[in-house]
Amino acid sequence: MLKRKGVLLQSSHLEKKQMEHIIEAEGLRKTFGDLVAVDDISFKVLRGECFGILGPNGAGKTSTIRMIYGFSPMTSGSLKVFGLDISKGLRQIKSHIGVCQQENNLDPDLSVLQNLEVYAHYFNIPRKAAEKRAKELLAFMSLGHREKAKVTELSGGMMRRLVLARSLINNPDLLILDEPTTGLDPQSRHQVWERLEGLRSKGLTILLTTHYMDEASRLCDRLVIMDHGRILVMGEPFELIRKHIGRNVIEVNAPSKELQAFIQSQKLEYEDIGHRLIIYSEDSDNLFHKISDSYCKDGCILRMATLEDVFLKLTGRDLRE
Amino acid sequence: MMERISQRISRRFIRVWQRNLTVYRKTWKISFLPPLLEPLFYILAFGVGLGVLVGEILFDSTKVSYVSFIAPALIAINIMYNAFFENTYVSFVRMYYQKTFDAIMATPLSLEEIITGEIIWGATKSVIATLIMLGVISLFGLITYPQGLLIIPLAFLGGIAFGSIGMFFTGIVPTIEIFNLPIFLFITPMFLFSGTFFPVENLPFWAQKLSILFPLTHLVNLTRSFSFGIIDTKLLWDVAYLFVFCLIFFPLAIFVMHRRLIK
Repeated sequence: MLKRKGVLLQSSHLEKKQMEHIIEAEGLRKTFGDLVAVDDISFKVLRGECFGILGPNGAGKTSTIRMIYGFSPMTSGSLKVFGLDISKGLRQIKSHIGVCQQENNLDPDLSVLQNLEVYAHYFNIPRKAAEKRAKELLAFMSLGHREKAKVTELSGGMMRRLVLARSLINNPDLLILDEPTTGLDPQSRHQVWERLEGLRSKGLTILLTTHYMDEASRLCDRLVIMDHGRILVMGEPFELIRKHIGRNVIEVNAPSKELQAFIQSQKLEYEDIGHRLIIYSEDSDNLFHKISDSYCKDGCILRMATLEDVFLKLTGRDLRE
Repeated sequence: MMERISQRISRRFIRVWQRNLTVYRKTWKISFLPPLLEPLFYILAFGVGLGVLVGEILFDSTKVSYVSFIAPALIAINIMYNAFFENTYVSFVRMYYQKTFDAIMATPLSLEEIITGEIIWGATKSVIATLIMLGVISLFGLITYPQGLLIIPLAFLGGIAFGSIGMFFTGIVPTIEIFNLPIFLFITPMFLFSGTFFPVENLPFWAQKLSILFPLTHLVNLTRSFSFGIIDTKLLWDVAYLFVFCLIFFPLAIFVMHRRLIK
């Protein structure tokens, strides 16, 4: 039975082009006792795309991807990866995905190179091939000079790159990244992004979670924004910005009473965040001139709308702790 | 439950065993020392020091020297310690602090295979310690061969028994400090009252009955019999006890680890 499934997967590998959907989630739910972590979500990830799951802390991002790599069983719904049902073909699925978990769980008892070699053995990769692949990946991640080092001697950025290298050891058809750059300095983040862009351009399907909007706009072809276990919106980053915010936004620092009265009289869409107003408008160029000429001399800017505007507009500004 | 567990265990568990071996090989020179030196210390202290006071002891209706009485018990105690400590403290560190199990669970291995690999590894450490101790103790002429060789497969069986119950505790303790409890209430009483340093018959009647429940009592009886060259059908009871102990605690260990880690 297992063998048959293995053959099935192999043949579907040969006909990769016909397999458009790498992940198909339908009505996916995950509850922990009374807590509903993932509340009936559906989405599909296409072959070769980078798909992002965005959301504030506790939105259900990690719970969602943990179900996809088989770490935690789903409560209800249907989930297919590579066209295989997750409850039946889990071992086959897991042998073709690479996972970069949120916590650095590198093996501190092993050296940098051994971390990759031992991990390769979990995938039944023969010793020689494992060593070759491990060295290639260390070079790709600019870690070749540290192969004998202890994991605990590495910097945060190097550890992340090593986790990333480890997740590629089995030449996966799907790479799953849970907040790949959280806690890294800007240099390290850019290094990780460059590697991920390289992988994406080679056609690797990537699923990532993040709460960095710049990361999502840069890497993701499509994304969903989640909150309280539900999907709020789905689409391409720019399309989402256009649809929910517009092209530009006007930000006013310490708005005067006159300006607030003007905004209300014009029935403009805006958000009041204490000492700052954010005004959304289709015709932001003209509006900006009007506002800056008549109501504020400085502390008033016109800027490009970003994914962050969409995110905050949809998920609100309350702290999530 | 048994059927579900057996379905999820393939030969891949050997990968977890290999991982632990790779780590062990980095520190084998230090890991070798305790089983090498410990019997020497004990034989010196008990054989030369205490043995003079104790004189001879009756075992299987034969009078034997005190040092030959306790030497095989030292092996049994080491079988217990090696597997139990490996699958409590060391496995807990891998599971809880190093998140090693989490990382492995993202590969084709199942949790059941990880736990199996860990327990088999604990038993392997029991066997390694036994081999070294047998070597040392044999130098004093305290082991009868070839019967004494049976202690080696026995070490593996005993290792699985104590590793399984150790892993069971790993699955239920909230923090690493709580291991003090099973050690204080289970391991230490066994160390003292399982016929290790004096015959169980010296205990009051109720305590004799109680010590039959201890797996170490059966393990000590087996190592001692084998090292005196005694092979008897009576011993099958001790072997059967250890088997049943494994059959209970191995699935139980997997069950509690599943409950702990799969959320």
